[in-house]
Amino acid sequence: MTHEHRTPPPMEAHTGVWVFLEARNGALRDVSVQLIGEARRIADKRGTELTGILPGWKVEPLARPAIEFGCDRVILVEDPRLEFYTSRPYTKVLAALRWTHNPEVILFGASKNGRDLGGRLHAAIDTGLAADCVRFDVTEEGFLDMIRPAFGGKSLAHIHCEEHRPQMASARWNVFPTPARDPSRQGEVVRETVALEDSDFDSRIVEFKPTESHETRKIDDAKILVSGGFGLGDPKNFAVLDELASLLGGAVSASRKPVDLGWVPKALQVGQTGKTVRPQLYIAVGISGAVQHLAGMQESAKIVAINSDPKAAIFEIADYGIVGDLFQVVPEMIRQLKSFRGQAQAAPPPEPAPPGTPGGA
Amino acid sequence: MVVCIKQVPKAQELQVDPVTKTLKRVGVPSEINPPDQNALETALALRAKLGGEIVVISMGPTSFDESLERAIAMGADRAFLVSDRNLGGSDTVPTALTLTRAIEKVGDVDLILCGEETTDASTGHVGPGIAGHMDIPQITYCSSVDIADGRVRGVRMIEDGAETWEVHMPCVVTIDFGCNKPREPTLTGKIRVKRGGLITHWSAADLGLEPSQIGLKGSPTIVAKVDTVQLPSRQGKIFQEDPAIAVSLLLEALRKDRLIA
Repeated sequence: MTHEHRTPPPMEAHTGVWVFLEARNGALRDVSVQLIGEARRIADKRGTELTGILPGWKVEPLARPAIEFGCDRVILVEDPRLEFYTSRPYTKVLAALRWTHNPEVILFGASKNGRDLGGRLHAAIDTGLAADCVRFDVTEEGFLDMIRPAFGGKSLAHIHCEEHRPQMASARWNVFPTPARDPSRQGEVVRETVALEDSDFDSRIVEFKPTESHETRKIDDAKILVSGGFGLGDPKNFAVLDELASLLGGAVSASRKPVDLGWVPKALQVGQTGKTVRPQLYIAVGISGAVQHLAGMQESAKIVAINSDPKAAIFEIADYGIVGDLFQVVPEMIRQLKSFRGQAQAAPPPEPAPPGTPGGA
Repeated sequence: MVVCIKQVPKAQELQVDPVTKTLKRVGVPSEINPPDQNALETALALRAKLGGEIVVISMGPTSFDESLERAIAMGADRAFLVSDRNLGGSDTVPTALTLTRAIEKVGDVDLILCGEETTDASTGHVGPGIAGHMDIPQITYCSSVDIADGRVRGVRMIEDGAETWEVHMPCVVTIDFGCNKPREPTLTGKIRVKRGGLITHWSAADLGLEPSQIGLKGSPTIVAKVDTVQLPSRQGKIFQEDPAIAVSLLLEALRKDRLIA
């Protein structure tokens, strides 16, 4: 990356909304597709075009879907060395395109790679970057209003980048709906080259181990979380939550107590001192609902509480609750789910693709 | 080795100043940002194996000395605090720039460790920002780090698995929150703190930073306003029946909401 300080052209010379399209295993990642829908809305509000930036190798087949989801144009930068995301070459591609095209806005999905890229890029091209936005808008003055949770989810901060271009932000996974795909949408695919030296490829990925067990699956992006609390009584009892999560296609998380007691890894902790999560469905099992825990999950779309204490605070923010012994309720849920599926499907259920195989993102 | 740390308010009582729109820090108990504690623990483990010196760097008001003292009590060798009124209101661009200048002033650094993100601002942009400013490799979200033959190997935890990256030094590595158990301060460490002389303060000018590069002036982004979150209203349907009936009612409701199949 050339890193001399460059003087950007005047503010008004910057036009167009860009979205970074992250390819993984031969598909666009969910977060990129979701972002196309939101970026389309912003581009329309600004009366400008939406361009998808697609670096990678053999990613041309992904350009057409990006147009059908809402891009006007896709800029392809293909190089066999870009097959897997690494920080410096991707930053160099984005930085080079930034200086040749002067976009007004660049949006990234807040995947690990998207945050890695955005964080490096904003320092390299000297502009602002708002992290993990959950909403965007355009102000009366025409600035991008980048809205993100702040202070443990207690408030929403509106971030503006008024005097630097492009205005950049990353957007959280699963907050924007997947846009409708329109096979008749027209758009252009432009192939561009960025000069990359061998020395730019300073990071080598020597191994990839796909996630296997639900226990270690990251909780941030799960659509369904089954979360266990002190009420489980014993680390062994998390196995039953694992089974339930697995049946629902979700992941297991925990409140603080099981983490402090060493029952489950810290990475699974939801709450003010752990992760803030916003799944579609949060099932709190044996969690009383301390304020610190609620702060980490209260923005979940739907909340289910299972607790033997009818006065537990968790019921106050639950959509549905079962007052009862979790050691009866959870196994019963598993039993009923299995039997419902057994009836519903004469044929055996399709095997989900193992993680890391093409087609999954 | 350098470990960059931030002092953050303990999660409970976070408040926003309605006028300046920045975080109120006064009167709130603080701690070392938990992921930064994991970064420090990583550094301490690497030093035990390979030797070397651990220098802790932070940027913030002089009250941050409390965290630097704790880092030394945990085993860090020296600490630097960049403290300057002009740094107030810095977003991630001047923050990463200031830390970069401080790292360069320390000099002869092979490995820079940061937490994956802070628990108060949660951007995760400062580590990659430092790597971007210094134009050196980065590995983010690492759950373990090893050094062999002058190269750093980090296991990078991403959504669908664990990638092992290999890069040359110097480099920036950001550490996955909760990947290890940070040690407690030791008695020897506390004595070293008591003896003093291990924490040095630098001003922005000491690092050659102009007021226009830092603080609110040097920050591309501003917090235009802050809204209180409107939480969705909840249905509050509680089933008190026998487990079998309660569960079937619950599952039926969830299927109706299209949350489960």
